Amino acid sequence: MIRVQQEDFDPAAEVERLVAGNHAIGGVVTFIGLVRDLADGRGFHAMTLEHYPGMTEKMLGDIEAEANRRWPLAASLIVHRYGRLAPGDRIVLVAVASAHRQAAFEACAFLVDWLKTRAPFWKLEETDTGAHWVAARASDDAAAERWTVTGAKAAE
Amino acid sequence: MKILYFAWLKTKAGIAAEEVTPPESVTDVASLIAWLKTRSAGHAAALADLSVVRIAVNQEFARPGDPVRPGDEVALFPPMTGG
Repeated sequence: MIRVQQEDFDPAAEVERLVAGNHAIGGVVTFIGLVRDLADGRGFHAMTLEHYPGMTEKMLGDIEAEANRRWPLAASLIVHRYGRLAPGDRIVLVAVASAHRQAAFEACAFLVDWLKTRAPFWKLEETDTGAHWVAARASDDAAAERWTVTGAKAAE
Repeated sequence: MKILYFAWLKTKAGIAAEEVTPPESVTDVASLIAWLKTRSAGHAAALADLSVVRIAVNQEFARPGDPVRPGDEVALFPPMTGG
């Protein structure tokens, strides 16, 4: 399941709903992304997450389907926020449930790495020196890239 | 054809969305971008460095050689920074 929304989410309530009634689930792995000070001491006040409505939902759905193809998952959820967010605010929730922990850990890491480089979101940070679009990081591409090898291995 | 611009491409192009009718010589992503660059100084600035521009045709990632047709939705944006 995927959701794109402006409002905050309650991670505990989301996980509870995700696993409710499914006793084949042995473990749930969650990732919660938070707004952190990106500005290296330049006075970070807030940021605005822009996205491409329509394509965002499509890409998140594709990424979730790919995780379900590679690992035996009982349930999965991606909630991604957009709009203006302050330091400490929650941005994204990824929750993955499976019978065994290894699939859940791996699928959760895969989902986070892939959504960073494939979901159409862009961060505009507000600092003392004005508003700046955050540049993509080569390390994020590298993190997503490693799944083209290990993800395939895991699916064997 | 509908063209969408996001993040700093929108700022540089000075427009978020536009409906365009390219000449018949525009058949793929590469020729579309070459034509869009001629529309204004802002368009040219936004599309000056294509190594930092990502393209989607009908909400799927596309490459320079992929075809574009009347009625398509083409989006131009920088590498993503979500999550």
